[in-house]
Amino acid sequence: MAKEGNLLNEVLQDENAVLQNWVQGQVSAPGFRSDRTSREELTEQARRFVPLLADAVKSETADVHAPAWSGVRQMLDEVSYERARQGFSPSETALFVLSLKQPLFERIRSTAGKDPDRVLAATWEVNAMLDKLGLYTMEVFQRGREGVIIRQQQELLELSTPVVTLWDGVLALPIIGTLDSARTQVVMESLLQRIVDTGAAIAIIDITGVPTVDTLTAQHLLKTVEAARLMGAECIISGIRPQIAQTIVHLGVDLGSVITKATLADAFAIAMKRLGLAVTRVQAPSRRRAPDDLESGSPSDRNER
Amino acid sequence: MERIPILKMGDYLLVSIQVDMHDRLAMALQDDLTSRIVSAHAKGVLIDISALDMVDSFIGRMLGDIAAVSRVLDAETVVVGMRPAVAITLVELGLSLPGVCTALDIERGIALLRTRMYARGHDDAGSA
Repeated sequence: MAKEGNLLNEVLQDENAVLQNWVQGQVSAPGFRSDRTSREELTEQARRFVPLLADAVKSETADVHAPAWSGVRQMLDEVSYERARQGFSPSETALFVLSLKQPLFERIRSTAGKDPDRVLAATWEVNAMLDKLGLYTMEVFQRGREGVIIRQQQELLELSTPVVTLWDGVLALPIIGTLDSARTQVVMESLLQRIVDTGAAIAIIDITGVPTVDTLTAQHLLKTVEAARLMGAECIISGIRPQIAQTIVHLGVDLGSVITKATLADAFAIAMKRLGLAVTRVQAPSRRRAPDDLESGSPSDRNER
Repeated sequence: MERIPILKMGDYLLVSIQVDMHDRLAMALQDDLTSRIVSAHAKGVLIDISALDMVDSFIGRMLGDIAAVSRVLDAETVVVGMRPAVAITLVELGLSLPGVCTALDIERGIALLRTRMYARGHDDAGSA
């Protein structure tokens, strides 16, 4: 084993030769992303990587998770995270390490000369080592991608819970998407904060955009309503679709004292009534609309829909 | 021992809690308030907790008790100015204070008491 290790050490000692071949190999590879990275950047990364690799090989430990390999791992972390962020594909990222095979094999052949056993043993060792490092790169790359996804999820969470003011003293909270615990917390906090900020007495929670309502979702909604009531604001739940109404009843969820309405317009009408306001028509309707359409609601109601 | 002042405003009593409530203080407040409702012939109690940023289950229960006691003594209780964090905590604790009226601020609290008393006054006149 020590013998092959020596051979590898020898191979890696001539850093410049390996470097040149490696960078050239990467740049001329068919999948090279000249739009994302440059030859200079690659050379810089390679120049830092090869000495680290040489040091790790000298330690003669095959386990790439051992402390001796920490320098190499750190460097790979950097490269993988960077590439994950820049939008490289997984294979393009793994290529950074795997493309080192060819120059190393060539160096082994030229260094070991005509001893097939030594060449074979050293080749096998390099192969195993670079495969492990390649897998490690993939793991890190994956983690980097997951980090991006989690961040986007959080951003989505913040974005998807707007509290809008319908009228002086009336807030509306159109919820779109599934209500889970984390989401409810954000929804509840932003709603209660807006109630404090605006002094609104009535808040309408519109669940038209919530695809399904299960017992947990209903409980989350009830909690929000209760918390708003404790602060002195009244909540109305609107936008309950027929299927959801059936689900709620079948599940045996008791919405109790909560006011529920089928549409946001109905909820808004109730809110106006509570505030002692009324919507009146100040002008005869224009002829363009069908007469029966006008009977169904006041103009402002329609705007809210 | 420190005590929480109870102010009389016409027919209403105003309690503004501005210090951290520990249990003994809460008990003292409950006693004081009960005797004060009787002695002042109060028709309504306003408890302002806008300065409280922590409410535990004991204080939560105390608020419910005060409301129940004052109702027995023919006075309505309104808790005003609860902070969002406090409201969330109480709901998570399962204490939604079912018998307690709430309002966003003192002004609305007084308005609420007025409408309540107005409604009740009519009821009394009807039954008398």
